[in-house]
Amino acid sequence: MENIFSKSVAGRTGVDAGKTDENTINKIPENLRRTVSNGLPELSELDVVRHFTGLSRENFSVDTNFYPLGSCTMKYNPKINEAVAALPGFTGLHPYTAMIDESAAQGALEVLYEISRQLCEITGMKRFTTQPYAGAHGELLGMLLTAAYHRKKGNNKKYVIVPESAHGTNPASAAAAGYSIITVKVDAEGGIDIDSLKEKMSDEVAAIMMTLPSTLGVFEKRIKEVIEIAGKHDTLMYYDGANLNAILGKLRPGDVGFDIVHINLHKTFSTPHGGGGPGSGVVGVSERLLDFLPVPVVAKDSSNRFILDYSVKNSIGQIASFFGNFGVILKAYTYILMLGREGLIDLSEKAVLNANYCMAKLKPFYDLPYDRICMHEVVFTAKRQAKNGVHATDIAKALIDRGIHPPTVYFPLVVEEAIMIEPTETESKQTIDVFIEAMKEIADTAAFEPQKIKDAPITTEISRPDETKAARDLKLTCF
Amino acid sequence: MSKFTPHTEDEIKQMLSDIGVKSVAALFSDIPADLKPKSFNLPAGMAEYEAFGKLNGLSAANKTERVLFMGGGYYDHFIPAAVDAMSSRAEFYTAYTPYQPEASQGTLQAIFEYQTMIAKLTGLDVSNASLYDGGTALYEAAAMAVRTNGRSRIIIDAGVNPIYRKILKTYVINQDIDIVEADLKDISTDREKIISLLDDRAAALILQTPNYFGIADDYTDLFKICDEKGITKISVFYPMSLGILKTPGEMGADIAVADGQSLGLPLSFGGPYLGIMAASKGYVRKMPGRIVGETLDKNGKKCYVLTLQAREQHIRREKATSNICSNQALCALRAVVYLSLLGKDGFRKISLLNLEKASYLKEKLAGFVEIKPGVTYNEFTVKLKSDAGEFVKKMEKAGFYAGIPASIYYPDKKNCLIVAVTEKRTLNEIDKFADAFKSALSQVA
Repeated sequence: MENIFSKSVAGRTGVDAGKTDENTINKIPENLRRTVSNGLPELSELDVVRHFTGLSRENFSVDTNFYPLGSCTMKYNPKINEAVAALPGFTGLHPYTAMIDESAAQGALEVLYEISRQLCEITGMKRFTTQPYAGAHGELLGMLLTAAYHRKKGNNKKYVIVPESAHGTNPASAAAAGYSIITVKVDAEGGIDIDSLKEKMSDEVAAIMMTLPSTLGVFEKRIKEVIEIAGKHDTLMYYDGANLNAILGKLRPGDVGFDIVHINLHKTFSTPHGGGGPGSGVVGVSERLLDFLPVPVVAKDSSNRFILDYSVKNSIGQIASFFGNFGVILKAYTYILMLGREGLIDLSEKAVLNANYCMAKLKPFYDLPYDRICMHEVVFTAKRQAKNGVHATDIAKALIDRGIHPPTVYFPLVVEEAIMIEPTETESKQTIDVFIEAMKEIADTAAFEPQKIKDAPITTEISRPDETKAARDLKLTCF
Repeated sequence: MSKFTPHTEDEIKQMLSDIGVKSVAALFSDIPADLKPKSFNLPAGMAEYEAFGKLNGLSAANKTERVLFMGGGYYDHFIPAAVDAMSSRAEFYTAYTPYQPEASQGTLQAIFEYQTMIAKLTGLDVSNASLYDGGTALYEAAAMAVRTNGRSRIIIDAGVNPIYRKILKTYVINQDIDIVEADLKDISTDREKIISLLDDRAAALILQTPNYFGIADDYTDLFKICDEKGITKISVFYPMSLGILKTPGEMGADIAVADGQSLGLPLSFGGPYLGIMAASKGYVRKMPGRIVGETLDKNGKKCYVLTLQAREQHIRREKATSNICSNQALCALRAVVYLSLLGKDGFRKISLLNLEKASYLKEKLAGFVEIKPGVTYNEFTVKLKSDAGEFVKKMEKAGFYAGIPASIYYPDKKNCLIVAVTEKRTLNEIDKFADAFKSALSQVA
């Protein structure tokens, strides 16, 4: 579609800004005034609405398409979430209100207090902070807590261990917090390689970051051994909650011995992804990290009023402006209230059922790097198709032509030609069957008419973009 | 209880049989029995109307009926209905990060247009696709400076939003970066002090206008000195003010960051907001986060993709320019819709209106209370004769959030109150506020 600036007509305006007195500008000395144009387009409200409505229609989304994007948990986002977050007592609440007078924000503080308690029960952790804005932000907070803990104990730690199957954010977050990274291998079953871990373990390791179930979609069977090894070196255990959707009511990271947990509320707890945010990456900690949490913490006083508590002894400070993405947290809170105990357990069971069903049905057509019961997602490889010149990305593009958002491809990096499918629990058998048929048909076509798959997509607004050109001849603005 | 899983009993049986297991429990057999939860004691679920009723009650328990004269970097601005309508398009809000460009041109083009508007607004060359909020964006800017010139000292004016400064300090606790704060001269930048700190150890100088107390300043002179010493110039700005105030680009900034809340985002108790970052061309490859670029498709048609991904965590892992993954895409969408609706003239006007209304109140108050001197935009500092925190409580009873007591972050300024006025305040509200202010003062005395 043409860009919005090309639709601009001089003298047009969309929303009336109100009556102004041009002389007011004289209150600002000339050297403080803007002299360059603000460059904004000039359009009517309808022009703007039509433009962005048009753009929206060029997107695939959960509400319009099956979206089995592995590791992203693209489940249905109940509409009640949006209604709740739009309530005027929440949207109109200035964050400073609570800092000046807690009694004026009791409803909002209760939401923060209650969701923290719920998440503690769900994960077995001792306390949560809602500050982190996203999963990676939660990871960074976890690493800063790790640093504060070891400093307090006088430990000299320089390294963080991540398995090679980890999300790229894990090593990036640990590095952003000042740590060097040690990578350990994955074993033949898709779990962390214990021998490799033992070999690389030392007293200088500050934390081990684990994703459970792993990014390969399988349960880490030797998790207890990993935690035992960590215990010998005063190494903290970090739980990356990207895959929490698989294990609600089945396992709690806190019971297992993890010290830090981040949860992507936009994954497991159904707040939408927003085209890449806003999310929320709330963090829970074990007993030994309580004294380092960011402030303020929402607490209750003796008369059951919700208050902001700044008295955390060795608090690392704050990593967000206020309490995190409150509007997102509200949606997750509503979702947890509605599902309750049974609903949350049911959610994980159906997520795992759907993924295993995909695995069983697609196994004859695509190769499985780890052929065992999977959790909420399943990783295939397109190695077989690649022999014919059809790669994972080609299969992804062919799915777009069939009205399905592609799975995650080329991740985890340890699997060649990876295709990572996460159907989520909210999809019906019928929808999954349509997907399975499409995948079968693509595998067939790849075998006999590979070029057809390599030409995909052909039904979309655009064909495959030249990404090399984009990075080489940088054009980052319309004009 | 509510649930969103559509499976019928028959379907579950069929699926289990296709998988080749007898029960759903068998799918969890990899989890050792001794790792089963020690507790999972959550209440039973609720029907939708029950949950809505509960949340509606919690919403009503917040006192939002009071009229806001409180800012501190986060303002009660008008949000056109079309902004909500566009960001409520599920094609936008239920999509993921646009990794598959053929299925995501809508999000990609909207972000590309957002980048354009932010670049023009700030007078700089490029913008990224958004960061979390103003404070975290400021850290990312400081980290860019350190990566660029290899130095490790950040000089920051104490007039920069104290929340941003706190975030900055937290982020660097385990890094060899030291933060040097330059105290204010009363409520304005102390130029002599800043100049004395600008030496070859400094990686970056961070200045904010209008500052936390509302003082608008032109930092061209200080940025010139930075140029001579190879120091990266970082400007913190207030998007709404750029309708009329000098841009970071015009002052010579290399990187400009802001909280974008004023561009069509509700206050929502602190988030979601929007981290804005713009920079001059030379910094683009050091930038964190997503960046959308224009290119051509196979058939030569113009299209958009995420570009320069080699900077990012999913490719570079620990060597990435930042760990950021999800950003605030939907908030950026709101900002681009907001800016499009107001447009060139409308944005200038609404920006001017903020100045106009704040000036009106300032002049009224000046009749009976001390106003701190200096050029201001839509926020200014009042010096009371007694504790501003107590005064604010009195004003609450009169139905107003009167401002931010400066002592929250500046303990030596106990009697200072920072008052903000946006375009949304009617003259009637402002008049009533001034009256209430006067009578609350007499109560204090």
